[in-house]
Amino acid sequence: MTAFLQIQAIEKRWPTGVTVGPLTLDIARGEILSLLGPSGSGKTTMLRLLVGFETADGGRIVVANEDVTAMPPARRRFGMVFQHYALFPHLDVGENVAFGLAGSGERGAVETKVREALALVDLAGFERRNVHELSGGQQQRVALARALAPEPRVLLLDEPLSNLDPALRERTRHELREVIKRVGITTVFVTHEQEEAFDLGDRIAVLNQGRLEQTGAPDELYEHPANLFVATFVGRANVFRGDAARALGGNGKRVLVVRPERLRFSEAGLPGIVRERRYVGAAAFFLIEADDHQRFEVLAEPDAARVGARVYVEATRVIAL
Amino acid sequence: MRMRRSDLAAAVLTLLLAWVVIYPILIVAIAAADRTAVGAFLTRPGEWAALWASVWISLVSVVLAAAIGIPLAFLFEWFDFPGRKTLGALIALPVVLPPLVGVIAFLFLYGESGFIARAIQAALHLENAPWRLQGAVAILLVHAYSMYVYFYLFTRAGLAKLDVSMLEAAQALGADRRATLWRVIVPLLRPSLVGAAMLTFMTALGSFSAPYIFGGGFRVMTTQIVATKLNGDLPLAMVETVALAIVAVAGLGILRRTEGDDILVALGKGIAPRPRPIRRASIRWLAAGAGWGLAVLLLLPHLTLVLVSLVPYGAWTTEILPPVINLDNYRRLFSEAERLRPMLNSLWMAAVSTVVAVVLALAGGWLVVRRRVALRRAIEGLLALPWALPGTVFAIALAITFSVHAPLQLRFVLVGTAAILPLAYLVRALPLTGRGILAAYRQLDPSLEEAAASLGAGRWRTLTRVTLPQLKPGLAAGASLAFVAALGDIVASIVLYTYETRPVSIEILSSLRLAETGVAAAFGVVLMVASAIVLGVGARR
Repeated sequence: MTAFLQIQAIEKRWPTGVTVGPLTLDIARGEILSLLGPSGSGKTTMLRLLVGFETADGGRIVVANEDVTAMPPARRRFGMVFQHYALFPHLDVGENVAFGLAGSGERGAVETKVREALALVDLAGFERRNVHELSGGQQQRVALARALAPEPRVLLLDEPLSNLDPALRERTRHELREVIKRVGITTVFVTHEQEEAFDLGDRIAVLNQGRLEQTGAPDELYEHPANLFVATFVGRANVFRGDAARALGGNGKRVLVVRPERLRFSEAGLPGIVRERRYVGAAAFFLIEADDHQRFEVLAEPDAARVGARVYVEATRVIAL
Repeated sequence: MRMRRSDLAAAVLTLLLAWVVIYPILIVAIAAADRTAVGAFLTRPGEWAALWASVWISLVSVVLAAAIGIPLAFLFEWFDFPGRKTLGALIALPVVLPPLVGVIAFLFLYGESGFIARAIQAALHLENAPWRLQGAVAILLVHAYSMYVYFYLFTRAGLAKLDVSMLEAAQALGADRRATLWRVIVPLLRPSLVGAAMLTFMTALGSFSAPYIFGGGFRVMTTQIVATKLNGDLPLAMVETVALAIVAVAGLGILRRTEGDDILVALGKGIAPRPRPIRRASIRWLAAGAGWGLAVLLLLPHLTLVLVSLVPYGAWTTEILPPVINLDNYRRLFSEAERLRPMLNSLWMAAVSTVVAVVLALAGGWLVVRRRVALRRAIEGLLALPWALPGTVFAIALAITFSVHAPLQLRFVLVGTAAILPLAYLVRALPLTGRGILAAYRQLDPSLEEAAASLGAGRWRTLTRVTLPQLKPGLAAGASLAFVAALGDIVASIVLYTYETRPVSIEILSSLRLAETGVAAAFGVVLMVASAIVLGVGARR
């Protein structure tokens, strides 16, 4: 069976010389794909190519076996939630949600759909509210309801949580995933935060400098990164080379990546001096300086070592790249 | 690379704007290089006198307007007293009224047969009027009276942008009030003050109604050009036009050099100082009294205009107060077809020119801001250019360019037809609509239009349901200013009108000439009320 949304060697060449792609990705029906990458990695360009705001310089976009590469955005039936929501300030909540429903049946039918869409995001009865009076979280949910109301084929989310304060972000993340899964819509979600990508996505595609570095489930990316970029961008990572790598069990030729929680203090292994201790509550990060002045982090019990002490470190699990 | 459709549209728009804005000026500039006409201009002392009069009248107008407007702005922005808000809005009024209305109102109040002169004459049993309001002094009075508003508004806006923490920083560094004023506040206000000076200078240089009504034998360039044109000496009129254009451009250039950077003001993003309440009750009431007195003084001419409009023809001769008051003049205005006609003319011509100016500015805004076409600087420059030259320059340029039938040169006979005045109004309207709409377009979040597209809205629905509603404040402000300017225009009208298409301003002048002051005043009141309504609607959010 072919994938519901196929991105085939899609490419965008900017006049400035920056190129995004060629990039190939298959997304299954009902899947949530997180597009993860640092700023400037081309993830927003990818999203804008998908919705049709940018025209591709090469490749194809196919949804449900229909080639939409040259189709204008208004006819693609892709729903989008913008980073700053882009709610129409001159329309109220109900009119915003109804905007995409124009020409889909008589007024009663539109009203019913608006009501359903608002109920879905837990904003029942908000129809006549002014969008200015809503909190950031409520605005985000109106934007989601507006994008979902016309029953699009694909939902695209451009950093939808970046405008919320951190306390609200985590809760909204779970609600967002719940709504998307309930609707069962195929979703592409852009973010630069690894935690968000992990929490929301079924699968994650890591982008860097316009290239796809790796695609996979969260644990796959974390435990089996394809390269050094993915290893260091996804989660905290210590990178060891040469003698230090050898002391931790490597063969010295390959680079060794070890997560802080996979290092522990021991009787033998890689020697170093504790330079800093950063207490985070349940545990502490210890900054160790090895004899070759390489610095790395160990996550351990808060009282596992003292600053200034000479320690030995061993790895419980390494990633050789 | 294949040419984008928007680039093609930009080329068409640029050519169209160039055709109405630059091309006529070029035609005049080339035609003015006529040896006998230039010789006549250079050798006649009257020409030099008029040119010099234009320059010094404009410069003194700037000084007078600054002397009134800047202290007023400080008073209203920094001190709190009863009635501050109402008065603050009231004294900005003269700027929104057509200049001609202000000038005839001034005439009826302070003129030699005006209200005040007549009162003094009657009170002191004088043989003649106590003064004659004529010449340079009269022009300067009218200019100061109407143009202080630019300094008042610009200075208030600049003061409102001031960051109170900068003033506190100056004080913490040991600067006393005087030092704070001269070393912090004035430098920060400089861009606002230069802006006001430019606007005042341009307005005074292009001013026509004040020198036309009050000048008498004293000529400035604008009245000189129109007189030469009416005498039929076209070559000389063209040389004069070019001379005035050169003065305007040079003046703007010099003022711009002193502008400095706006960054100074943009740096601070803090809170403006709050108005200080005046503690001592006696001083507070003194300030309030002075404020109210000032407002009455400034609005008195317009009140006089209303009064004069209520006096029927020939009823008011030597009395201090009019013996009869009724609505006779207004009845005549609306019942006599020949008097109704100018009003209808002005209305439709102003409406047409405004609509076209809005459409062109919208197209320009879309191409410049959204599509970022290669020609965006050209489009923006062409939209702004008519602001930089006096209206008389454009009036003469259009009169010359469109009185010849030469289709290959894109010149057609429009003078004498109903099309020429709307075209002239359109040229003057472009900077007003262009500025408002371009600014609104720049503030418009492009993702709103993208959101509409992603929700399935086509171009038309996106334009009417999302873009236009968002542009509305800027569009309405620009359109209402353009409409009011066209409604009250006299500068272009006096050069280009025909009897059939005569606008209100021309009818006011001919009524004055026939000593029908009541009818002239009634026309003025109608213009005033119409302008106020249009601007009120335009300013509503």
